[in-house]
Amino acid sequence: MTAVDLFLQQLINGLSLGAMYSLLALGFTLVYGIMELINFSHFNVFMVGCMIAMLTLQAMGLSGQTVILSGAPLVLTLLAGFAVSMVLCGFIGVGIERFLLRPLRNVKGPAAMITTIGVSYVLFNLVLLTLGSDSKNFPNPLPPVVFPIGGAVLRLREVLIWITAAVLMLALNYFTRYTKLGKAMRATAQDAEAARMMGVEVDRVIMISFFIGSALAGASGMIFGLYYNLAKVDMGFAAGLRAFTAAVLGGIGNVPGAMLGGVLIGLIEALSAQALGSAWSDVVIFSLLVLVLVFRPAGLLGRLAPNKS
Amino acid sequence: MPLEGLGAGLAADPLLEFRGVNTYYGDMHALKDVNYSIGRGEIVSLLGGNACGKSTTMKTIMGVVRPTTGTVMFDGVAIEKLPTSERVRRGIVPVLEARRLFPRMTIYENLEMGAYTRKRGPEFDDDLDRVYTLFPRVKERRSQLAGTLSGGEQQMVAIGRALMAHPRLICMDEPSMGLSPLYVEQVFDIIQEINRQGTTIFMVEQNANMALSIAHRAYVLQTGQVVLSGTAEELRENPMIREAYLGEMQV
Repeated sequence: MTAVDLFLQQLINGLSLGAMYSLLALGFTLVYGIMELINFSHFNVFMVGCMIAMLTLQAMGLSGQTVILSGAPLVLTLLAGFAVSMVLCGFIGVGIERFLLRPLRNVKGPAAMITTIGVSYVLFNLVLLTLGSDSKNFPNPLPPVVFPIGGAVLRLREVLIWITAAVLMLALNYFTRYTKLGKAMRATAQDAEAARMMGVEVDRVIMISFFIGSALAGASGMIFGLYYNLAKVDMGFAAGLRAFTAAVLGGIGNVPGAMLGGVLIGLIEALSAQALGSAWSDVVIFSLLVLVLVFRPAGLLGRLAPNKS
Repeated sequence: MPLEGLGAGLAADPLLEFRGVNTYYGDMHALKDVNYSIGRGEIVSLLGGNACGKSTTMKTIMGVVRPTTGTVMFDGVAIEKLPTSERVRRGIVPVLEARRLFPRMTIYENLEMGAYTRKRGPEFDDDLDRVYTLFPRVKERRSQLAGTLSGGEQQMVAIGRALMAHPRLICMDEPSMGLSPLYVEQVFDIIQEINRQGTTIFMVEQNANMALSIAHRAYVLQTGQVVLSGTAEELRENPMIREAYLGEMQV
């Protein structure tokens, strides 16, 4: 492989990682945009999503990389994996909001944020107790089709990840821009009290933002499994932290910012791993974050808004 | 010691009524046994200084705060326990203090948010036409982000947004706040026009001169109590009002 091929290969890898981080970052940013809450349970909703996707695929007869599908069965199996993990994660998110965060709605201070950390531990330990701590082989039914681009290879896996992420992000974009509920969500994020005065049921909007954010975490979890061919109970922390960084980098609360931040973090991770060794990628990612926050405290696409009273 | 109210303090067929409303914030008694009566088709103004309970009145009407005791009646039905969204659905619609548009949404989207509790259909289109007729400027700029407008233009959108809810009662909180005199004049003309078209208006306003020039009746609030009420004419002649709110010195 020449240097150009290597660069191209890392670009391909970085975009796939970026797709995963973007979807995960959207969950942080949607909830923050509406409630100004950093939802740390999101880390492990993502992990649970990966586990649910794995169990779903296994339930459909897949195991490891031994069963290879093609055509309609492949598409249906993958769709089922995504659908089950997204819907269940969505409901987990709604449950967390409804039963653990809503009672704290009018409590000032960090109580809600601390609660999300607690929920994160509970989810972690539930999976640890039921599925164990070992690294699991995530089923991957994709045929080993590769498209050579010069000396680099683009696998079917990457194409699938990109298409899925693009479809989900376009759908989210359509939802927030053009649907009534999506507009209510934007209005609530910009001025919750005024939105309430228009007749918006703010509690419902909050619930929907949790559902969507958590469902995207479920999709992201499935992508993690397909990309790394594994699922592990402690996978949430590293990926979640990078996705959170992506949300902050793009401007937390800003939806296009989360998408852009995710892709950037993915690319930086892959390219810096290539150039300096993978041990250095975190150093590069978090140094860049510090630099961006020093020179653009609101993130790349964020606005410095006056504090809402 | 509250002054005795003047005559004409009650509307015969009220659309909105406060009956003995007491509202507390913790230990603070923000509204003290307040009675208002706003008749159908009236413009009623609420005058008073800072922290007199004007904002609490607005919040009580909209259901942001609940009265501790007392009743709020709208169209003959007690509404003090209804959520804000249900009040909007019944036609109680605010024009908020300092406009409070959604700054990163277009003007058209802001108008849509005004109609949030309603279904799309011919009525929506009629109301949109009505807003565009009242405010040609708003129509021109409908795809612009609301945050890019001047204060006066924003007030036009804020009033338009309220009209999109097809209101029976518009509650205006300081409609002249932060506007240039030219716009103040315009806004008050529009308020009168909307009222002539049949919408009842309850208006909190610091600018007593302007408020009394278009209102039919007014209430004066002091530290949470109604100390005076009457027709706009009566209040304009009242020495206390002239001194305290119309900027005239008593000789």
